[in-house]
Amino acid sequence: MRFMVMHYSTEDNEAGVPPNPEQMAAVGELMQEYATSGVLLGGEGVQASSKGARIEFTDGDIRVIDGPFAEAKELIAGFAILEVSSREEAIELAKRFASVVGTPRIDVRQVMEYSDLQ
Amino acid sequence: MTTSAQQTLDVVWRLEAPRITARLARLVGDLDTAEELTQDTFVAALRRWTQDGVPNNPAAWLASTSRFLAVDLIRRRDVERSKYRQIASSETSVVDAGELGNDVALGDDLLGLIFMACHPVLSPDARSALTLKYLCQLNNAEIARAFFTSESTIAQRIVRSKRTLSAAGVRFTLPEAQERTVRLASVLEVIYLLFNEGYTATIGDAWIRADLCQEAMRLGRILVAVVPDDTEAIGLLALMELQASRLHARVTENGEPILLMEQDRTQWDRLLIRRGLDGLQQLTKLGGGTGPYTLQAGIAACHARAARAADTDWTSIAALYDALSQVTPSPVIELNRAVAVGMAFGPAQGLAVAEPLRFKTATKDNHLLAAVIGDLLCRNGQHEEAGASFSGPPHWRSTAGNARCCSNGPRAARIIHRSRREWTAHELDANENHHGTTPPLDRGPSSIAIH
Repeated sequence: MRFMVMHYSTEDNEAGVPPNPEQMAAVGELMQEYATSGVLLGGEGVQASSKGARIEFTDGDIRVIDGPFAEAKELIAGFAILEVSSREEAIELAKRFASVVGTPRIDVRQVMEYSDLQ
Repeated sequence: MTTSAQQTLDVVWRLEAPRITARLARLVGDLDTAEELTQDTFVAALRRWTQDGVPNNPAAWLASTSRFLAVDLIRRRDVERSKYRQIASSETSVVDAGELGNDVALGDDLLGLIFMACHPVLSPDARSALTLKYLCQLNNAEIARAFFTSESTIAQRIVRSKRTLSAAGVRFTLPEAQERTVRLASVLEVIYLLFNEGYTATIGDAWIRADLCQEAMRLGRILVAVVPDDTEAIGLLALMELQASRLHARVTENGEPILLMEQDRTQWDRLLIRRGLDGLQQLTKLGGGTGPYTLQAGIAACHARAARAADTDWTSIAALYDALSQVTPSPVIELNRAVAVGMAFGPAQGLAVAEPLRFKTATKDNHLLAAVIGDLLCRNGQHEEAGASFSGPPHWRSTAGNARCCSNGPRAARIIHRSRREWTAHELDANENHHGTTPPLDRGPSSIAIH
């Protein structure tokens, strides 16, 4: 089963403050561990919303809004895709990630697969 | 509270067990003792966590507990005092609940365990069973299902395998250089056998076997992570990912095969394709690779890159089969090469490759060969010969070929085309990545086409 794990931003993330070296090392080590365990299919950090954009659709109206956006904790800071055998495993791995990266919240969502559409 | 602790343990255990066993195998040296201590660790966790609740860092708790149990056992056995001192001194860092990443040796531990499970002194079946048990955490029932055998057979196989390892004095080691290359080859073989078991068996079978492909790919990912400089490991993973990308597109609802050239490519898994292509890209950075897995991955990549069947780069595929036929010559590869050459350079050229196979023992009676030759003859305008190809001995007849195809050219062409594609493309999809030295497991519904 595949799960997308999205972690949300802190004010520092949004301000473009780089993580301290210890945190970067700890995150790197954890990612390497996930890779070595064969569960990591991919993942990236995303940059502050000031570099991004938002597109809103209302009644056929399209609005493009440039970042930054207001609530840091409503914005993702990165994602990973994990291959695990249960939702609980994804949650456990997400919890471990949270303990090394500073984040107020992580969402775990199951990736759609062909069999789900049957 | 009790239930939740047990549930948490079950989840964490699935994630941690292989590395716990691996680390213990490194500490105590043999698989049997490592397994015993692994089980002791589980029991200790179950007892403690239901009593005191789940620790903040469950993985670290399991790691340190397994280490203490190992030290304890060795001390109790009092046999290798110097080893105890060695371990005790290297484990002086106090493991607290907040510590997670003290497993510098995780990659090495897993690699050592893989090498033990895939040791050459064991039979291929035994290697597969041990790998599934210790690295994939499958239970005996699940392993039995993977091999179409009984649980008791698997249980006995595992007991015997551990005994064999013990008798041969196999210890946890990390072989170097040349020995490592040889040992890795047997690991790759185990992984690919497992993958094929899941891949070829999904034709006409339940989706449960896609799980085997998943396990194989996970093992492949582990291997690439722990041996990142091995080109064939990268090649094998890329091959598996590219093949697996087609899993959902290659079977109808009724379990019938869908020709590769006719598959709905929108159903190909793009994440797996991306990973497979990236893997091959990684290989060019490492200076390329010409091993059989890498070459087969290259062929699979040609199909993956074609947005539509008509866009397929047959010239490259033909060249890759050419290289493959020199590295691991086999009748199946030659047959696939004939098809590729026929597509790339025209039927006459394809026939030149296929014709000699009529006279080889392994292929002369093969209906697949008949279908390929029939199709090439047809496309070459030789309808009568094509018809003859299908009114030959009974085992040469395709499912749709009949005597009438001699007289009606276009109809013959359609029938032969369809019949050859019924077999060839299926065969291509199932066996284009046939590893010449190891025949696909010939059991169950997967043994449709005989190579």
